Amino acid sequence: MSKPLLTIDQVSKRFTRKPGLAERLAGRLTGGGEPVVVHALTDVTLEVARGEVLGVVGESGCGKSTLGRVVAGIHAPSDGTVMLDGKPITRDQRGTAEKLTTQVQMIHQDPFASLNPRMKVGETIAEGPRYHKIIPADAVSERVGSLLEQVGLEAAYADRLPHQFSGGQRQRIAIARALAMEPELLVLDEAVASLDVSIQAQVLNLFMDLQRNLGLTALFISHDLSVVRHVCDRVAIMYLGRLVELAPAKDLYERPLHPYTSALFASVPTVGTGKRVFEAIQGEIPSPINPPPGCAFHPRCPQAGPRCRREVPRLAQADELRTVACHLNDGGVA
Amino acid sequence: MNNTSPDNSNVADSLPVIARETTATRLRNFWSDYCESRVALIALFIIVVLTIGAFGAPWLVPQDPYDLSLLEWSDAFLPPGEVGSGGYTLLLGTDNAGRDMLSAILYGLRTSFVIGLSAGVLALTVGIIVGLSAAYFGGRLEALLMRIVDLQLSMPAILLALVLVAMLGQGVPQIILALVVAQYAYFARTTHGAASVERRKDYIEAARSTPLPTRRIMFRHLLPNVLPPLIVVATVQVASAISLEATLSFLGVGLPLTEPSLGSLISNGFKYIHAGRYWLSIYPGIFLMITVVAINLVGDQVRTVLDPRNSR
Repeated sequence: MSKPLLTIDQVSKRFTRKPGLAERLAGRLTGGGEPVVVHALTDVTLEVARGEVLGVVGESGCGKSTLGRVVAGIHAPSDGTVMLDGKPITRDQRGTAEKLTTQVQMIHQDPFASLNPRMKVGETIAEGPRYHKIIPADAVSERVGSLLEQVGLEAAYADRLPHQFSGGQRQRIAIARALAMEPELLVLDEAVASLDVSIQAQVLNLFMDLQRNLGLTALFISHDLSVVRHVCDRVAIMYLGRLVELAPAKDLYERPLHPYTSALFASVPTVGTGKRVFEAIQGEIPSPINPPPGCAFHPRCPQAGPRCRREVPRLAQADELRTVACHLNDGGVA
Repeated sequence: MNNTSPDNSNVADSLPVIARETTATRLRNFWSDYCESRVALIALFIIVVLTIGAFGAPWLVPQDPYDLSLLEWSDAFLPPGEVGSGGYTLLLGTDNAGRDMLSAILYGLRTSFVIGLSAGVLALTVGIIVGLSAAYFGGRLEALLMRIVDLQLSMPAILLALVLVAMLGQGVPQIILALVVAQYAYFARTTHGAASVERRKDYIEAARSTPLPTRRIMFRHLLPNVLPPLIVVATVQVASAISLEATLSFLGVGLPLTEPSLGSLISNGFKYIHAGRYWLSIYPGIFLMITVVAINLVGDQVRTVLDPRNSR
């Protein structure tokens, strides 16, 4: 692999909710009232090569959206560094993230919430590049028109407000807004999850065309395993804020190594193979406020042994291209 | 976007959503919705007439009540309909100094409008800045600002205004300042409520991840989306500023009688009401009441029209 575009190095993200004054007073009387800490990301290390589409998969609450937000510069990591081309993406400014680059752009899940309802779509698309002087001022409206056409809309739509568009059209506008910044890396946070299945396919095809033609690198966050298989080169599986398995999409789908990955695949109902039953993973995802000791997956893992309760498995090379964090691949569970 | 395709008919066909909606048609829709209430339409008409009367007063009325040299003692306490030394019919009578009441009332109305509007606009501005910053930045700033606002809202505005005017002294700027301090809290609370909801929406996050500077996000993205409830509060608060000013003047801490406002006119005539000289107090009172009620009716209808639950 050549020099990676995106380097995520031992990134952790904790959210602390400090109790208010009234709660602190009540806490002093009754006990409790300490700050609540949510461990959204723990020690995530990843590299994404230029031109690669990396899928990030996991159940809700596994930290995949937090990872996306850290990469997109909305949150600053609590520990570790996120670098784009060797330069940090954010700087911590008294608790809030200050984003230092325009090279990472994000596409949100819900296109009904991600466009300012009172701003014409042309202005929504043009605002960022105009402010950052990415496009010369006299070429802005022309560029907006060509971007709209590039995402399969018409240039004349620039004068309309978001509520005049359908969900799929809005998601195309959101893509145009991201592309207007001429980014190197796109973060797609469940970008098609809220669309109808038929529209999903259209938007996915649009994304794949653009990705190929513009040579974009992308972090594709999704819970939909079939979509990920279709779109991504490599896939990262996350569980409770940790990376558990990372492998090329093809290998991962053919032979999952981590028991959690196998369980995820087993839980997908399929059409065509005649499989009628699907196995839901046993139990609930544990709370990220109080993660279980050892391997976070051990309470639900069918193959867990005593070692899993004691020791956090480290991400280790399983073969040339894959890494996995499981004691089964690292000396056994006993 | 002037260089994009002008062929709108074609585009409209290919767009499978509601009809093209421009700012002009939205205004037209707003207007036709507004007109559905006859009462609100009349109220708006009254406000327009009163505004013209108040700001056109120097050209409309026979006497300049600011000019003390025009007053004649012999004209004092003339009842409505009499002809005074000026040679014109005194439609609403004269006061104890021989002032023509109609002239004084329209000039007073002008003072009231100026005070009400400028206090309203200033309080709106301050309230927006306080409420938006609290909602956008959150944390300690939010806690601090909103507790101050809560504290103020728990006290009657008149009390605060009274103390402030007593401290600052008489005069139009002082009254405006007192009203702004007493009233910004309503705007701050409304802005904060609406903005904390909008703040969590993805379009704000999208703007932050572009990235755009904070001030731009606050005023170009957040503010336009919290404006509708503020317009309603602003209308009501202008009415309340006018009556608050009248109350202060009535209590004798507002404007002096040489600078008549509706409140000081009522207060001045109040002494004579038992002497049968009702017109000194009643007419300014009626004008004040009509003004405040009309503004409130307009505000109510604006609220009804802007309420998304009412949209058809």
